[in-house]
Amino acid sequence: MSDRIFGAVGLLLAIGFAVAAWNIEESFLSDAVGPSGFPLIVAVVLGLSSIVIAIKPDAAPHWPGLGRLAELLAAVVMMVLYAELLPVVGFVIATAVAAAYLSWRLGSGIVGAVLTGVGSSVGIYVIFHLIFGLSLARGPLGF
Amino acid sequence: METFANLADGFAIALTWNNLWLALLGCFLGTIMGALPGLGPSNGVAILIPLAFTMGLGATPSLILLTSVYYGAMYGGRISSILLNIPGDEPAMMTCLDGYPMAKKGLAGEALSLSGIASFVGAFLATWGLILLAPQLVKIALLFGPAEYFALFALAFMTLGGVSSTNQAKSAFAAALGLGLATIGVDTQTGVPRFTFGEVHLYDGLDFLVAIVGLFALSEVFIFLEERHGNSEADAKKLTIGRLYPPVSMIKQTTPTMLRTSVLGFIAGVLPGAGASLGSFISYSFEKRLVDKEGTFGTGDPRGVAAPEAGNNAAAGGALVPMLALGVPGSGTTAVLLAVLLSLNITPGPLLFTQNPDVVWGLIAALFIANFMLLALNIPMVGLFTRVLLIPPRILMPIVAMVSFVGIYGISGSSFDLLVMIGFGVMGWVLRKFDVPLVPIILGTLLGNAMENNLRRAITIDNGNWWTLIDSPLTIILWSIAIVGFILPVIVGRRVKAKMRRDEEGALQD
Repeated sequence: MSDRIFGAVGLLLAIGFAVAAWNIEESFLSDAVGPSGFPLIVAVVLGLSSIVIAIKPDAAPHWPGLGRLAELLAAVVMMVLYAELLPVVGFVIATAVAAAYLSWRLGSGIVGAVLTGVGSSVGIYVIFHLIFGLSLARGPLGF
Repeated sequence: METFANLADGFAIALTWNNLWLALLGCFLGTIMGALPGLGPSNGVAILIPLAFTMGLGATPSLILLTSVYYGAMYGGRISSILLNIPGDEPAMMTCLDGYPMAKKGLAGEALSLSGIASFVGAFLATWGLILLAPQLVKIALLFGPAEYFALFALAFMTLGGVSSTNQAKSAFAAALGLGLATIGVDTQTGVPRFTFGEVHLYDGLDFLVAIVGLFALSEVFIFLEERHGNSEADAKKLTIGRLYPPVSMIKQTTPTMLRTSVLGFIAGVLPGAGASLGSFISYSFEKRLVDKEGTFGTGDPRGVAAPEAGNNAAAGGALVPMLALGVPGSGTTAVLLAVLLSLNITPGPLLFTQNPDVVWGLIAALFIANFMLLALNIPMVGLFTRVLLIPPRILMPIVAMVSFVGIYGISGSSFDLLVMIGFGVMGWVLRKFDVPLVPIILGTLLGNAMENNLRRAITIDNGNWWTLIDSPLTIILWSIAIVGFILPVIVGRRVKAKMRRDEEGALQD
């Protein structure tokens, strides 16, 4: 069943892609193929393979329960927050919090998680910024 | 001999302190990445690319660092196969079959050092193969025009699923998805924005490094979060390593095996779509059929350890041949290495050998040097790496995630790229659940633009005639191979894959 849904979604994606490709505005200096030729070929392959996947599905994958899905969703939210807040609070703080959260969710105790977070954040800061000179996001505290 | 003169020049480039240090660093990091279950060679190279860039390395030093990581990961994969019966990466799967039984018999040290030697032999011979074969392939490739290149790219995608794929429709889907992602951005030939939805960040197209790190490294973090298996530290302590050098008789007994499987592995590596996993699989089954008269394979036969290790390391070297000579990688890790080259504004392919001989030969010389370093690292110092296996995923995975973020942020300095990377991470997780291979996606995003440009050039040259694509004998040959390569696995692939699964399960139940 999973593969049938996957195929259907893939087919919709292919159709959407084809429509978008069709509507690419032509430039006045176009070559023989034009900007939409190759995307249309790709859309056809995408669509055909989606149809085959839907018609001949594999055994369904093992999907995680709701709890695990919520876990993953929370991790994604955490990462998005990290990406957005990185320039605001600075690298060291943001990274320590994010790494501690991930470590906690992967089964560390509170103390272990905090240690992992602070350790990896400071470690990365020292190695990448102080030694290799990579420019990391600077927070209000200067690191 | 022109080749030897070139090689001597290469050694002159590689033998600087800076490059030697980078090779050593790469070998060390690579072995660790290979040894840790969940961090394969593609992941390892992917998260280190940003590091290479931010260190401000030139083309040759970056390549030396990253190919050392690649060779190192191939060596490292065997450590957890032998000690824990968990393959450190996919090619090391076959090493479990005899490696773990050997370790259980108290021969862990012998198994580790023997497989180290086998890895060395495989990689060493394959590097020679690379030197001899790549220039020949370049001569053929110089005959290629745009139509031939378009056919070659199609061939790469159609054979990529290869014998090891379970479902050709899914690898076709993945390739189309990758090619589609590559078309996002301003069209290089007409200047029209495509699929950007007015988002200015997308005008430059998606950065394939963002896609690679997201798809490989972040999706791995999600997989661990989903399964939360933190128990890999349990078994390692029970095993004692024992002596670290194999008896001479064992080396003598396994030498013919190593030589035969090196050749086999190299061939498997050169073929598109096969790669190291198939190299080790073919090597193991071939040796089993050839020399296993007493039925000792699977019960800790040293030849069963030497065969897959020589095979997968030889395949790793073989996979570099099409990547360097044609610009078309045949495996996941060489695709990532291609991304490195492209980011450094070097276009691999036949012209690489004439325009940047320093890069090619410096790299090849570095491979030889790295190989000796790896032998040194992996035999006397293998104890160090076995300790790395004790790091549990709950500490390792957050570090992997954070290094990925840092690397991508370090290149672009934009939160938008981080968001795109998270998106790719989620996509990678979903696709892995559906058993959709990720390598064709990467290859699609990497090669999409080149493929499209060659298509358009070919047709524009012939005034809009699409038949030009199958107009020359070379294109017809390439298309025929592509079609056979796509259809054949549908017929025989299922059987091979099923056998691989069965052998693996047999080993795990053991």
